[in-house]
Amino acid sequence: MVTVFRALDDQTRRVILDELAASDGKTLFEICSILTTRHGLGLTRQAISQHLGLLESAGLVVTERRGRSKFHYFNPVPLSEITRRWPITERND
Amino acid sequence: MRINLTSVYVDDQRAALAFYVDVLGFTKHRDVPIGEDSWLTVVSPEAPDGPELLLEPSGHPAVKPYRDALVEDGIPLAQFAVNDVEAEYERLTGMGVEFTQPPTDIGVSVIAVFDDTCGNLIQLIAEKPA
Repeated sequence: MVTVFRALDDQTRRVILDELAASDGKTLFEICSILTTRHGLGLTRQAISQHLGLLESAGLVVTERRGRSKFHYFNPVPLSEITRRWPITERND
Repeated sequence: MRINLTSVYVDDQRAALAFYVDVLGFTKHRDVPIGEDSWLTVVSPEAPDGPELLLEPSGHPAVKPYRDALVEDGIPLAQFAVNDVEAEYERLTGMGVEFTQPPTDIGVSVIAVFDDTCGNLIQLIAEKPA
């Protein structure tokens, strides 16, 4: 299990989450083409696959099979760990 | 030298012919019986003298693991050019075709990926006007 903090400590992984949050349910091929063409990130498919694996291990990405293809979805639930640990409270000073 | 033929592996040649002709709109070019199968090709009506696409039987044992791995990751095996990806997406989804990737703007062009019902993913591409 990878912590949510480690998963977020990488620019490529944050961009992947941005793209999945904007429009969910993407194949590895679609994520690769978006990272290359929209963000100029010329990573190998294997590298992107590893980033997705790490995000999945942290629970920030979940995968689902539809037909014979695998789709990746953003799961924001682990992010609540951050505000639970450091609640946002009103300051009166 | 020029490219005159390329192929996709199909699980059922007759079903594939129906999809590639009736749904996609290609034209049957050759249909020559060879044993239990056929040398079966289609061409685009927009380029009848252009490259032929061979609908090749997928019986070889190497085909299934190869295609399964590509389809799992959403990787297309062939690319067809259209004038308007969005219009084709609407037309084909209306005919029951399933897309693994909706029309996606990648800067110089728009792409989309659909399942050809014969075991392959196919990419549509339209160059954007300069």
